[in-house]
Amino acid sequence: MIMTQQRPLEDQYDVIVVGGGPAGMSAALGAKEAGADRILIVDREKEPGGILLQCIHPGFGLQQFKAELTGPEYAQRVHEQVQAADIQIATDTYVLDITPAKQVQLMSGSEGMKLIQTKAAILAMGARERTRGAIRTPGRRPAGVLTAGLAQKFVNLMGVLPGHRAVILGSGDIGLIMARRLTLEGVEVAGVFEIMPYANGLNRNIVQCLQDFEIPLHLQTTVVDIQGRDRLKRVTVAPVDNHFQPDLSRSWDIDCDTLLLSIGLIPENELSRQLNIRIDPITNGPVVDSRMETSRDGIFVCGNVVHIHDLVDFVSAEASLTGRNAGLYVTGQLPPPDNIRLVPGENVGYCVPQTISSDRDHTVYLRSRQPIENCTLRLGDVYEKKLRYVFPAEMINLSVKPRFLQKFHGDSLKIDLLPP
Amino acid sequence: MTALDNAQPDTLSHYLCIGCPMGCRLEVETEPDHPSQIVEVRGFSCRRGEQYAHQEHTEPRRMVTTTVKIDRGIWARVPVKTLEPIPKGQVKDLCIALRQVCLTAPVERGAVVLADALGTGVDVVTSRSMAAATFDNVAGSAVR
Ligand SMILES: Cc1cc2nc3c(=O)[nH]c(=O)nc-3n(C[C@H](O)[C@H](O)[C@H](O)COP(=O)(O)OP(=O)(O)OC[C@H]3O[C@@H](n4cnc5c(N)ncnc54)[C@H](O)[C@@H]3O)c2cc1C
Ligand code: SF4
Repeated sequence: MIMTQQRPLEDQYDVIVVGGGPAGMSAALGAKEAGADRILIVDREKEPGGILLQCIHPGFGLQQFKAELTGPEYAQRVHEQVQAADIQIATDTYVLDITPAKQVQLMSGSEGMKLIQTKAAILAMGARERTRGAIRTPGRRPAGVLTAGLAQKFVNLMGVLPGHRAVILGSGDIGLIMARRLTLEGVEVAGVFEIMPYANGLNRNIVQCLQDFEIPLHLQTTVVDIQGRDRLKRVTVAPVDNHFQPDLSRSWDIDCDTLLLSIGLIPENELSRQLNIRIDPITNGPVVDSRMETSRDGIFVCGNVVHIHDLVDFVSAEASLTGRNAGLYVTGQLPPPDNIRLVPGENVGYCVPQTISSDRDHTVYLRSRQPIENCTLRLGDVYEKKLRYVFPAEMINLSVKPRFLQKFHGDSLKIDLLPP
Repeated sequence: MTALDNAQPDTLSHYLCIGCPMGCRLEVETEPDHPSQIVEVRGFSCRRGEQYAHQEHTEPRRMVTTTVKIDRGIWARVPVKTLEPIPKGQVKDLCIALRQVCLTAPVERGAVVLADALGTGVDVVTSRSMAAATFDNVAGSAVR
């Protein structure tokens, strides 16, 4: 991404987008399409792209670009679309606060503090990684214990290796990808430990990131102690029972100077909380209607800030819907509010959006609570479909058509994932 | 050899199918003494799994993505990738070879970093463009 001199900030915009990751950029494009004129994307980093810039592995873009791209390629392509649409981006700029009257307080590297009025705002701040505190790992606090995504940034962008011998806690895709990445850079990876009875990452990553390099994956096993005064020296791991209680009599020690935590992402919603937006306790993201509007008028959201997506392609699809609606809001054409509430039922962890309308097409994203083979997805008594296999780490998308709802007159629909 | 090894004749190989989240356990049976001659593939639930087992058993290949050094870039590394998958056995060697490479910013996406890598016939190219650092965007600067 070749840098150009930043355009000065104006005092007023139609739409301000907080976050220049794939969500923010696709949303800005959607807003432009829907007729918004003056759009500003703000990102605190020195270039747009978000977390994709450090995800150098392939697997992105199969749906959006019909090609298998790496993260940086995906980011660059979207960035090029944003440049072609002549949308302004302010990098090195932090959004500190948004008032209910939609004044955006930001801190710009080149212009200092600024208060800017906008007609609509789109929150696309992404997610941050769960840290050690979130799982209350016992033991000392030496250097060498870090999140997998931070290690990814060190290695892939800054060219710094986190250590010589690593243990990875958590079998999510980021952890698996980092197991391969460290191995290829000459760091020894002693093993990946997962407390659940199944791996959380894709099979492709289990095979190509672990099996290819003979890195062991220990299921139902966790880290029970962290040792070392200044630098990590050793971790102790132990198998757990079905209630996640470790069996210390069967524990063993592993010498290592690095422990990577790959234990999940949490939507980054400080700004949303400051705005008193209603947050869903399950997704940890704002409650949204099918227009991707939050509980605050004119404040829209998209991407990992709403719920954790495993595929950036879905992020882009959701974000362009968000952007279009923000654009329609600005031009006074936003469709009417929803009339049907979606209720997560049997085996459904959550669904987004939380409400829908009977008069248009929707894509509803949901997650199962547990793996189920030959599952039946049921939407109230209006629609049913068979799914060969559902799995918590893989988001399910359900396309809801107005014709399903022709004869439906209620105000809520339960979604169930039923075993055979 | 342990008893377990004896119970698993060397005419059997096992693979985890990556075609979908089902993750079928695939078993490939080969002719005794001819590990490349497949007699039967078992354990798949669909054609994709069967084809995958053949490919993985006879000629496993992988896309390689890694980084190379870059001087004067806004970051210290630039990501690169193979344009096609290369034989699995050459992945580590390729990464080691790429540690010797150092580019100078600016670079464009798709620039060839290593042609015909390790004689595979596959080129390694940059997977992003990267601007040269200026006072305003120097690598690693969070605060100015
Ligand atoms: C470490 C990691 C690895 C991942 N690996 C994969 C993967 O391999 N494949 C995959 O499909 N998905 C992966 N994901 C998921 C990935 O995050 C999403 O697919 C997608 O990138 C989310 O896009 P986003 O725009 O919502 O968030 P992000 O890409 O996180 O972008 C958010 C942007 O907002 C900016 N921002 C936040 N707060 C502010 C503020 N107050 N002011 C200004 N700017 C702000 C941030 O700097 C960032 O640039 C990964 C996520 C993480 C965290
Ligand atoms: S064999 Fe078919 S069903 Fe089984 S994992 Fe492979 S692609 Fe999926």
